[in-house]
Amino acid sequence: MLKNRKRNPLNEKSEELYRASEAKLVWIRFKKNKLAVTGMIILIILYITGMFCEFFAPYNPNKLNAAYVYAPPQKIKFIRDGKLVKPYVYGYEMGRDPVTLERIYTEDTEKVYPVKLLVRGDPYKLWGIWESNLHFLGTEGGTFFIFGADRMGRDVLSRIIYGARISTTIGLVGVFISLVVGTILGGISGYYGGAVDFTIQRVIEVIRSIPTIPLWMALAAALPRYMSQIQRYFAITVILSLVGWTDLSRVVRSRFITLKNEDFVIAARLAGARESRVIFKHMLPSLTSHMIVSITLSIPGMILGETGLSFLGLGLQSPTISWGVLLQEAQNIRTVAMHSWLILPALFVIITVLCFNFVGDGLRDAADPYKI
Amino acid sequence: MTTYEVVLRQSGEEVDLARLELLRARYGLDKPVYMRFFMWFGNLFKGDFGYSMLYEKPVRQLLGARLWYTVLISSLATAFAWVVGFLIGVYSGTHQYSIGDYAFTVVGYLGVSIPNFLLALVLMWFVFRYFGLEIGGLFSPEYVNAPWSWGKFLNLLQHLWIPIIVTGTDSMAGLIRVLRGNLLDEINKPYVTAARARGVPEDKIYWKYPLRIAMIPFLSTAGWTIPGIISGAVVTGIVLNLPTVGTLLLDALRAQDMYLAGTIILILSVFTVIGTFVSDILLAWADPRARLE
Repeated sequence: MLKNRKRNPLNEKSEELYRASEAKLVWIRFKKNKLAVTGMIILIILYITGMFCEFFAPYNPNKLNAAYVYAPPQKIKFIRDGKLVKPYVYGYEMGRDPVTLERIYTEDTEKVYPVKLLVRGDPYKLWGIWESNLHFLGTEGGTFFIFGADRMGRDVLSRIIYGARISTTIGLVGVFISLVVGTILGGISGYYGGAVDFTIQRVIEVIRSIPTIPLWMALAAALPRYMSQIQRYFAITVILSLVGWTDLSRVVRSRFITLKNEDFVIAARLAGARESRVIFKHMLPSLTSHMIVSITLSIPGMILGETGLSFLGLGLQSPTISWGVLLQEAQNIRTVAMHSWLILPALFVIITVLCFNFVGDGLRDAADPYKI
Repeated sequence: MTTYEVVLRQSGEEVDLARLELLRARYGLDKPVYMRFFMWFGNLFKGDFGYSMLYEKPVRQLLGARLWYTVLISSLATAFAWVVGFLIGVYSGTHQYSIGDYAFTVVGYLGVSIPNFLLALVLMWFVFRYFGLEIGGLFSPEYVNAPWSWGKFLNLLQHLWIPIIVTGTDSMAGLIRVLRGNLLDEINKPYVTAARARGVPEDKIYWKYPLRIAMIPFLSTAGWTIPGIISGAVVTGIVLNLPTVGTLLLDALRAQDMYLAGTIILILSVFTVIGTFVSDILLAWADPRARLE
């Protein structure tokens, strides 16, 4: 049969398919899932934005501006005097409602500020190394609050972009910790079995029977108050991964149990391979795809966890900027009703979590490339 | 305790050492941590949950009704998630790629990715905006302290649906996906085709065999939704300002009131275990194979 296929030029493509590595096969299948690919592209954009947030944010996120307290989002306009022009925004003028003393912002149609790429603005230090004042988007002279401003007149868009750095990475770091712990304990549990397995499984059951959020709340509340921002960030990731590792270790364990009796593992053992070699060289690689899937699917849980904890005031604390911290501002219904743009960070949380779910589902379908 | 002593000293008051010693002994602070843990744990069995420093009341008094509202909301939310998840799952599984299936898939994905507290806020805002109702809490102000009556009950129902939907949606989405996937797997199996070829009526084909098999993963997943639902009930309770243990837990944690916080978490865990146990029994009832093990 093989010979036949070689002679037939029509089958050249399928022959290539037969010789492709596993990773390539997974990639081919993954590409077919448009939703998953879209999700992945959005995630890459989000992470790049978070990485270079100083550059992408139009303003310094901590810059107070009393003249723009609770300024609503500015609209970017494209049409002036009936003609299509380059995007621009109008300047804001603040007045007060004579009765309620509420701030009212009116657009001043005389002041026109074109929106430009790469403008000079607030100075910053990228990653604390390079000094610059170049920003991706902005206006010269005027204001650029397309997502509005918060109660201290800080730009919400800039704060969301800075928040992306913390919020998106907290899931990654947390998952990395759970990955290490989960693989080691799950591996031991599945490979050796017996009393060790029994103990580890009971520990997992105990952890899983405690409702997650109250447990996280309790642990986060027990953190000392004098911790620095960085310390707190890592403490929160550790807390989040404390529950996360149990899922991963279950996956690893069940795979180890099935793999243990596979021919190639027995062959390796009979050939005299050391135990560590059997585990790391032969067994672990064959479950990478499953691990990648469970990792992608457990990141959103951690992002939501951080958001929830910070929202309740137990997670990260300002001046650290994360999406959860930003949402603290939108805690009561009055704020949401009056300054609805303050809830925008939630939109980003939803988009991120949604994309991770799409990518994870896509990967899960693609993970077993030999399945038809 | 040390802080208490320091505060007393700073304020220039006479520190009564004997009194301090007495307090230390009362809370077992002279003993190591593990001893204190066992003291607390042993007292639980006697129905003594300790004393809340924050509210200066025994924990037991504080929990009372709040606990029952939590149980009420959690169990209704669980029922909601299971029943609606089951119905939608069956519908999506039998009507693959229909408009309804796509719509429910979108709703399911959104349910997973919208944090509970946000859904609560948005629903509250929505109702406030379009119906002009303030729906925080479980009762309208005039009913909060009123004795139970038919009116109060109706009022409760009016407020109850939001926390139930908010808490249930999250888990429901996962259940829909599990049931839909398994049902689709089963429906394409040869025995279903064979049954169809023999002229078994269409709805009987679905209800009799494939659904029963597809139910098994559904039931075992359903058990694990309970911790999630209880977690959700806590957060939703805080956001919607319900008289559940959620708000109490948050206050207790903020004030480091450990007797209160510890008891709440312990009780929530006990509920989770009971819930999981019930769902395991359901599983054994539905799947003869699980019964044998």
